[in-house]
Amino acid sequence: MTLTSSTPRAGAPRETTSVAASLAPRRRRTLPFSGWHLLLAPLALLFALPLVWLLLSSVMSNAEINRFPPALWPSGIDLGGYKYVLGNAMFPRWFLNSLIVSAVAVTSNLLFGALGGYAFARMRFGGSRALLVLMLATMAIPFQLTMIPTFLMMKRLGLIDTLGALIVPSLVTPFAVFLLRQFFLSLPRELEEAAWLDGCSRLRVLFTIVLPLSRPALSTVAVLTFLTTWNDLTWPLIALNHDTQYTLQLGLTTFQGQHHTRWSAVMAGNVITVLPVLLAFLGAQKSFIRSLTSTGLKG
Amino acid sequence: MPQLPAPFTVAEPPGGRRGKDPDQRGATEAAADAADTMARRDAGRRALRAGRRRESVTAWAFISPAVLIILGLSVLPVIWSLLLSFQANDLVTPSRWVGLDNYRALEADPHFGQAVRNTLLYTVLYVPLSLVGGLVLALALNRRIRLVGLYRTLIFVPFVVSATAQGVLFSFILDPEFGAANSLLSRLGLSTQGFLTDPGQALLVLVGITLWSGTGFCVVVYLAALQDVPQSLIEAARLDGAGRRHLLRHVTLPTLAPISVFLVLWQTIQSLQVFDLVYVTTKGGPLGSTTVIVYFIWEQAFKSFTAGYGAAAAYVLAVALCLVGVVMRVVRGRAERREGARAEQPGTPSGAAPRTEGAAR
Repeated sequence: MTLTSSTPRAGAPRETTSVAASLAPRRRRTLPFSGWHLLLAPLALLFALPLVWLLLSSVMSNAEINRFPPALWPSGIDLGGYKYVLGNAMFPRWFLNSLIVSAVAVTSNLLFGALGGYAFARMRFGGSRALLVLMLATMAIPFQLTMIPTFLMMKRLGLIDTLGALIVPSLVTPFAVFLLRQFFLSLPRELEEAAWLDGCSRLRVLFTIVLPLSRPALSTVAVLTFLTTWNDLTWPLIALNHDTQYTLQLGLTTFQGQHHTRWSAVMAGNVITVLPVLLAFLGAQKSFIRSLTSTGLKG
Repeated sequence: MPQLPAPFTVAEPPGGRRGKDPDQRGATEAAADAADTMARRDAGRRALRAGRRRESVTAWAFISPAVLIILGLSVLPVIWSLLLSFQANDLVTPSRWVGLDNYRALEADPHFGQAVRNTLLYTVLYVPLSLVGGLVLALALNRRIRLVGLYRTLIFVPFVVSATAQGVLFSFILDPEFGAANSLLSRLGLSTQGFLTDPGQALLVLVGITLWSGTGFCVVVYLAALQDVPQSLIEAARLDGAGRRHLLRHVTLPTLAPISVFLVLWQTIQSLQVFDLVYVTTKGGPLGSTTVIVYFIWEQAFKSFTAGYGAAAAYVLAVALCLVGVVMRVVRGRAERREGARAEQPGTPSGAAPRTEGAAR
């Protein structure tokens, strides 16, 4: 764009230059396609390629996949891998376990995050400032520092090797509380004050007035909580022993270890593991990216 | 009846004052009125205090679940971890106090030394590459052309794929015998590679996999920051005869400095804590070439059942992370101050902005 603006500059009076400069981008845009496509299209394909390959290999037959050198394109769609994975009693179970843990984590993060965030945003109580700072500071604590004692705590509670051990630590995160607090602060107070004067309780004000206005922040919390819980491997690996309790991530890596010759089945399992997150991301792409860029940065 | 100075009446109960009210007329009227308002204000204040107390009870009811869970599962374990790091603990029997032995053993442990070296190498490779790659891609994607939304999505999508799924997928693609990568190499007439099974390559391959999934994050962050570069600034600089290269160097890049510092911090923290991908692909091998610090901690605590030793290693990592945070905070503060000073300087493009608009018309 700047190339065109600098050409008529030589010797020309200043005003002509600026007119040319302001027109240049418009003139440029009418071209059939930008040269940038030549750079961006191959790069984007390069990023997409591993995932395309994941999908392709999940529908290859086992014979095709184990040939040497292996085929790069399936000759037809073979659902043997999916049948094997879904017939394997554990995979549907793992999917269900992951779903339960993620659903509970999302719901409770929304509930406790909203309650806590609202109290910090709108109510006055002794020590609220210090408490908020303390909660924020815990965000900086690396998980590795807390995982051994958390394991010992869960063991004392008798939760090790149950889904409870996964659910309790993910019930509410400081991120959810803080993000919702920030959002509530940005809402106008007047609506809530009118409701208090009418005798509404704080709880009712929160649920009937504030939360319906907070959709964007709530969806951000929901999507990010789902992503982190669904994708987690470290904590399930530590807290679970028996394969009936496994989550999908833990199950997938064990399954790969046991069936490394049935690559099409492993890849079918991998597709099943990735798909929910991919769908959630594509469905909520805008709020997802907004949350990464606006909240993640300023924290 | 002597007139009471208004402040004294405040102490009187509102009920008593109101009883005397009808007798007080004429000269005392003004003072009585004043006293009455004070009394009313007093009652209001008391009601307010009661309201506050009620509010504070409600507030605690609202925050207690979050506070109990968050502090109970962070502050408590941090202290517990510190105590553990001075003990010998096998996760089952009661622990034994050993003082600084765990830390001394860490210092002498060649495996820990190797884990630290591996983690540092991984970080030193991954952080700059992901930042530079992210910046270049963001600059290329920051234009209004057709399909650009699709390009952005495709580049970002690997970021939401779990490390487990990435690991499983790439162990397949990079499988020395059955993998597509070697198949492609042999078809192109190139020699096949060991990838994750080669001690000389494994860590580099892990960096490559993380670049595939993690660069998209930098792209998204840089793209958002590029939206904040004021358009007027760019146009003004262009009018002053700045070419594309000048524009990038003197206008765009300085504006991105604070966000770059943030990204360095973020990516460094992420890569010092890498674990899932290593566990799924190499389990620290071959020959310990991909044993990173967190893998070492996990192995010590949950495989060898030397939890005290693992806790000590975790503390070393936490202190390192803390140092990174402090250094970055200082650097970021400095970058922001410089940025602020630059924007305030007279004669910089922001001052020239109005002229642009005038000239364009």
